[in-house]
Amino acid sequence: MYRSLTKQCNCAGRDLRDKQVKDLTKGTELTDMPVFRAEGLGKSYPGVRANDDVSFHVMPGEIHALLGENGAGKSTLVKMIYGLVRPDDGRMTLGGAAHVPSDPRAARAAGVAMVFQHFSLFDALTVAENIALGMENPPPRRELSARITKVSHDFGLPLNPARRIVTLSAGERQRVEIIRCLLQNPRLLIMDEPTSVLTPQEAELLFATLRKLAAQGTAILYISHKLDEIRSHCDRATILRHGRVVDSCDPRAHSARDLAAMMVGGQMRQIDRSGRQPGAVLLEVRALSQPAPNAEGTALKDIALTLRAGEILGIGGVAGNGQEELLAALSGEVRSAPGTVTLEGADLSATGPEPRRIAGLLAAPEDRLGHAAVPDFSLTENTLLTAGSRKSLVRGGLIDHKAARDYALAVIEGFDVRTPGPHVAARALSGGNLQKFVIGREVMQNPRVLVVNQPTWGVDAGAAAAVRQSLLDLARQGAGVIVISQDLDELLELSDRFCALNEGRLSPPVPTDGLTLDRIGLMLGGAHGMEEAHL
Amino acid sequence: MMIDPLSVFLLLISASTPILFAALGELVVERAGVLNLGVEGMMITGALAGFAAAYASGNPFLGFAVAALAGAAISLLFAALTQLFLANQVASGLALTLFGLGLAAMFGKPFEGVKAPAMPIGPLRINWIVWLGLIMVPVVWWFLNRTRRGLILRGVGENHEAAHALGYDVRLTRLAAIAFGGAMAGIGGAFISIATVLQWTEGMTAGAGWIALAIVVFSNWTAPGVLAGAWLFGGVTVLQLRLQAAGVAVPVQLLSMAPYLATIIVLVAISARQKYSRRAGAAAPGSLGTNFHALR
Repeated sequence: MYRSLTKQCNCAGRDLRDKQVKDLTKGTELTDMPVFRAEGLGKSYPGVRANDDVSFHVMPGEIHALLGENGAGKSTLVKMIYGLVRPDDGRMTLGGAAHVPSDPRAARAAGVAMVFQHFSLFDALTVAENIALGMENPPPRRELSARITKVSHDFGLPLNPARRIVTLSAGERQRVEIIRCLLQNPRLLIMDEPTSVLTPQEAELLFATLRKLAAQGTAILYISHKLDEIRSHCDRATILRHGRVVDSCDPRAHSARDLAAMMVGGQMRQIDRSGRQPGAVLLEVRALSQPAPNAEGTALKDIALTLRAGEILGIGGVAGNGQEELLAALSGEVRSAPGTVTLEGADLSATGPEPRRIAGLLAAPEDRLGHAAVPDFSLTENTLLTAGSRKSLVRGGLIDHKAARDYALAVIEGFDVRTPGPHVAARALSGGNLQKFVIGREVMQNPRVLVVNQPTWGVDAGAAAAVRQSLLDLARQGAGVIVISQDLDELLELSDRFCALNEGRLSPPVPTDGLTLDRIGLMLGGAHGMEEAHL
Repeated sequence: MMIDPLSVFLLLISASTPILFAALGELVVERAGVLNLGVEGMMITGALAGFAAAYASGNPFLGFAVAALAGAAISLLFAALTQLFLANQVASGLALTLFGLGLAAMFGKPFEGVKAPAMPIGPLRINWIVWLGLIMVPVVWWFLNRTRRGLILRGVGENHEAAHALGYDVRLTRLAAIAFGGAMAGIGGAFISIATVLQWTEGMTAGAGWIALAIVVFSNWTAPGVLAGAWLFGGVTVLQLRLQAAGVAVPVQLLSMAPYLATIIVLVAISARQKYSRRAGAAAPGSLGTNFHALR
């Protein structure tokens, strides 16, 4: 085990890692003793067996991937390690001693640190205050600020301790979480889908940091469903399905397809891009400029784009660069100057969302719960919100309940939405299921043009593939699709042409064929856009 | 007419003391993420309990201690409803006000028409409780901004999910904050009955609790801001009383409503500006008024 580990690490880090590992295990006979070991862990919730007989271990200096679909039990598992949830059965050991944390503070004291998927930061508080809250015995304020500055520079993640979280970018916020963990010198660092909000350059920076940490002997448990990054950066992978460990392997020895197959327990459907012919121009946006809607928003600056029938246009960019504002301007939530938005020759700039829907321009915003769907409405009622006219669910001002229910049922069936039925409230659906419903509700209206923002955010691999395929199928039938996303792999997979949205400006489109992630990263403003650009 | 500035100032800090106490307490409660609209009910409870204890024992300080306990006790009713049974905070707070007013009116009957024992005068001819209120301003500021407990309390109020994920007890923190707010409101109410009016009258807090709530917003959730707001209200109160005494040719009704009107106008003006200041860190706590429920 340990041999295979060192063989794989790069030469520069190996000596250091060897030394650190020896230091850590000094005085013990076993040089390959795991930092963390789980044996037969189980946890049940009413009606669900979240984890069942889960056993695995993490070695010192190892980056260990925990791989699985949404709902495979990854989160429950790490919550048990971090003391947020108590296991029903099984046992854990940390550094050879029993690990039975009563709460996260006990887990932190034992040497477990965790970076959450949804940042556990306090917006109105400063960086230093946030970090102090994540520590057991923080030093006095000045000393803490000095240490934050020092540690963050040592790791190449500069942070100003006096800034408030609300003024930071997503990448900087994650730095705060990481520095918070590093200041406690953890033995085991848990990272829950850390790259979902980062640019490629930011992600590279993160992996460099993780390798530095691993070289110092820290064990890292890395949760993700991005197969490529696991294959290039992790030493081992434990794969979970339906709460059980189904496999444990060296991810570098397997292809992404193999890993995905292990994850979902069957063959992944290959995305089918075939059969699409670019046709006539459908949507044309010319010289679209909009002031920022509020203090935190972004102004749109002179946006121009054309979209042809059968084409998928990808728009990439880090969140907060005008994605929401662009979607609002296209959907009709925000009106723009005459002549800026035309659909098949008709000027829609001054019309609201409903006339645009009738004309065939549909949109699915990023925020599923609250923007795309009303949380406390049933799925039937939610279909009425956007499909009322196009599907004749409302006639003469009266709701045709049967037609609405039938349409909701059709969406549930057509998009494999897992729910007891159309009477269920939107908030009761998991993120992935609701996303399938929201996309399905628009796709099945046969739009001329569909604009989607972050169509697979937080959605597992299987569901994401289904959503992407539905967008390709829609384009094949002659519709134009605009995909706004932060997931560059997704944009490369789907789109024919790619534009970058940066501080409210849209770059000219480039064909996706032959485009590399590095080139895209540069188009997006890259790593230099993370730190000082927001000052 | 003659208005001596120094005596006006001494009267001002005295007149602002009840709302200063209540608003400082509510400030801590709201910083913990709880909106307790029952300030008026807790004040009137403190006013009666304090007056009764002071009258029965002859010791006004014992009265204030009992008022603090009574305010904390009735606030725990609100705490139980909202923190244990997850009842709506707005409805529970309004119910607390109505309950407190009714309860005090009922138990207050025997104390009508009797007089409170005299308060001993503190340094600079200023009542000891007024001093206590002034001292509480830096104490609350220091607690919120310079102590570990205060940081945890602000964290709980800003993002209770994150605080829970980091292992802090959201419910316990909020229970403690609510009890503190109740005790402070109780002292504020007792100041009216024991030190200002010197007797018990039904409904004698006369909306001071609502002004205290407004001042917390006005203050941008800071202790110095609460002091400024309380002094504004107290200052206009004293001024209009002086103008009334001086026989100014303005209807008494207009003068009486001046403190409330002034507070509201300043409040609206400041709120209009605050909308844009979240990036500077000055705004309502992120979890204000929302209940927290954790699956364990």
